[in-house]
Amino acid sequence: MAVEQSNFDPVARGRGDPVEMPTLACGAMVGSKPYVASPVHQQALGFPGELVEDWQEKAIARLGQLLKESRALRVYLDACVRCGACTDKCHYFLGTGDPNNMPVARQNLLRKVYRRYFTLSGRLFPWLVGAQDLTKDVLDEWYSYFHQCSQCRRCSVFCPYGIDTAEISMAARDIMDSIGLGQKYSNEIIGKVFSVGNNLGLNPKALKATLAGLEDDIEEDTGLPVRLPLDEKGADILLVTPSADFFASPHMEGLIGYAKVLHQSGISWTLSTQASEAANFGMFVGSQEAMQKIALRIRKAAQDLGVKRIVFGECGHAWRVAYSFLDTLAGPFDFLDRNYPVPQHICEFTYDLIEKGQLRFDKSKNDEVRLTFHDSCNVARGSGMGGMPGGQFEIPRAILRAVCNHFFDMAPETIRESTLCCGGGGGLLTDELMDVRLKGAMPRMRALRDVADEHGVTHMAAICAICKAQFSKVLPRYGFEMDSIVSVHQMVSNALVLTGSRQEAELDGKGDAALAEA
Amino acid sequence: MLTAVVAVMLYAAGLVMMAGLGYRVWLYARTPAPLKIPTMPAPMTQRGVVMRMFSEVVFFRSLFKGNKWIWLFGWVFHLALALVLMRHLRYFLQPVPEIVVLIQPLGVLAGLAMVAALAALWARRFLVARIRYISGPSDHLMLALLLAIGASGFGMKFIAPTDIVAVKAFFLGLIYFDWQPLPADPALLIHLALVALLMFVFPFSKLLHAPGVFFSPTRNQVDDSRERRHVPPVRLETVPR
Ligand code: SF4
Ligand code: SF4
Repeated sequence: MAVEQSNFDPVARGRGDPVEMPTLACGAMVGSKPYVASPVHQQALGFPGELVEDWQEKAIARLGQLLKESRALRVYLDACVRCGACTDKCHYFLGTGDPNNMPVARQNLLRKVYRRYFTLSGRLFPWLVGAQDLTKDVLDEWYSYFHQCSQCRRCSVFCPYGIDTAEISMAARDIMDSIGLGQKYSNEIIGKVFSVGNNLGLNPKALKATLAGLEDDIEEDTGLPVRLPLDEKGADILLVTPSADFFASPHMEGLIGYAKVLHQSGISWTLSTQASEAANFGMFVGSQEAMQKIALRIRKAAQDLGVKRIVFGECGHAWRVAYSFLDTLAGPFDFLDRNYPVPQHICEFTYDLIEKGQLRFDKSKNDEVRLTFHDSCNVARGSGMGGMPGGQFEIPRAILRAVCNHFFDMAPETIRESTLCCGGGGGLLTDELMDVRLKGAMPRMRALRDVADEHGVTHMAAICAICKAQFSKVLPRYGFEMDSIVSVHQMVSNALVLTGSRQEAELDGKGDAALAEA
Repeated sequence: MLTAVVAVMLYAAGLVMMAGLGYRVWLYARTPAPLKIPTMPAPMTQRGVVMRMFSEVVFFRSLFKGNKWIWLFGWVFHLALALVLMRHLRYFLQPVPEIVVLIQPLGVLAGLAMVAALAALWARRFLVARIRYISGPSDHLMLALLLAIGASGFGMKFIAPTDIVAVKAFFLGLIYFDWQPLPADPALLIHLALVALLMFVFPFSKLLHAPGVFFSPTRNQVDDSRERRHVPPVRLETVPR
């Protein structure tokens, strides 16, 4: 399964209407497949090591089981009328032109098998209703195209029945896992969370060293002993953040931002080695068991540390799982302080402090930055913030406006609920899928190019670890600077003037001399 | 003989449709929705959800956001169909309700709009490459069936009028199990046969979107997962903690 070498030229294709209709290119992406999980990675999650002998029978049985357990799946497989409203809504279709990347066509890959084995019309007249036997060819198509869906749910916004292709993709991946055909990237990562506690396999010692290093950096910069506590019992807040925040850029700058905000708030907080990962790839592979097991770590960490609140760092799908599923999967959280939302997003936390006037900013520190905001799909369409519909759009923007003088939104059809995926979500953030990731990013890159041309935008902020990692890779290919992707709390960190810091002294007209005197 | 055949056919069609739909609705209602998956931003109250569903079912709000042409043709078709169906109530109800009398003048217009919208929807399936790609035989046949029902209806209205009074007597007879003879006009027989066919296929086809839309978790769930615990079904609870 070599990476297909395509002659896609991102620089040339990176300009134009972000949602321009491509010409159909049948089968263009059929060769795009992620590496298959090895038996070790499969078995760690309780799946068969490799494709089982009677895979066809098993797959159909598993589909039958899922139909009994998910109303969404059952209704969505029945309800589609092939109206076509979703056909041009998927960024992978816009970027590749492969008709199987049209959401309805992607659904049909599973629907045709559902029809064949679970509906009367499909049993009696398969040719009439497009029903098909589950053959090896069909399975191969599944493996290709259900791994070209980032489960971003953009299609579901525009479907008259709200059909959510993400639900279909999750089910298909669950079925494939159950017959031994798993995806290496996601399953390996879930295994690491089970064994080490985070996606990156970062052990407690390394984590501690990293945090100490960051504390030094902050002290050097601000002159204040801002802490990044780990496993501190009795802290008020447990911060759960994606492990990329511990080592990658611009994620780490975001973590520094959370630490500064939390420091300024005066509320005690801690990270946890046990829950040193906000991400929950159980969702990507459609496994509720894995998702629940990962979610329960967070509950356990919160109980062990005796915290009163849980706050999540900048991570898109993690926030969806936290906001929408956490209470269901790992609740009830009656041991936490119910005066605060359970869980809370770091943006909500920061925004509250801004509203209360407890944070002081020097916006000029971000003056060389002309900023836009990329709504991450799982935050935009899978979660909320601030207890008001659309808070997930307004709050991050309000924060950015508070810390930066130059903010410009991208075209309306590419943001908020219509936001375009970065191209790397849903378990696709792996090198062998670079081709589809690059193409899937095209609509977003075009929208960014537009505001760069029109308003001189230089940077794009995001609140998702996957978006940040994906953009760091694809931005240079589209002719942008690699570091034009920034964390929201990186911008906060730049402008935040901590009480008693060197920045405060400078701002208030006292130089280093005055600081030294004090 | 003819009357009996048509009567039995219509009874059977009605029975299959009701039983099939009932079974489907029962299945949908019985299947759990284990997680909260409303497409956000979503209403935060039950009342809000009712409004959201209303705007979806009555105005096809999401479709409007998605594609104006499909929305236009689809919405006009459904609206016209609703009017045409209401107008048809005059053949089943005695006395004819006020409202049905009121919309009577709209009948022909609605019928024409319906046929035109269907034709436009069908044209899309040939003319737009994306839609052609996703259209299967059943998608074409469904439109053909609906168009044929409309055409045969117009046939009776304008080309070969049938004895309306006798038709009404026949349907009232069907309802009260007191069969009256049905006029043997070809247009009428074709019209009734096609309608019966539509009823037969209803619960086995994509027409299930009609009940389905009400059960769509992305549309009918309240965004309150942080305020109210969405209790998981049994399978989730079995994991040890
Ligand atoms: S918009 Fe919905 S109903 Fe229409 S084709 Fe797409 S999935 Fe099917
Ligand atoms: S969920 Fe997103 S990636 Fe998947 S089919 Fe829909 S638009 Fe495409």
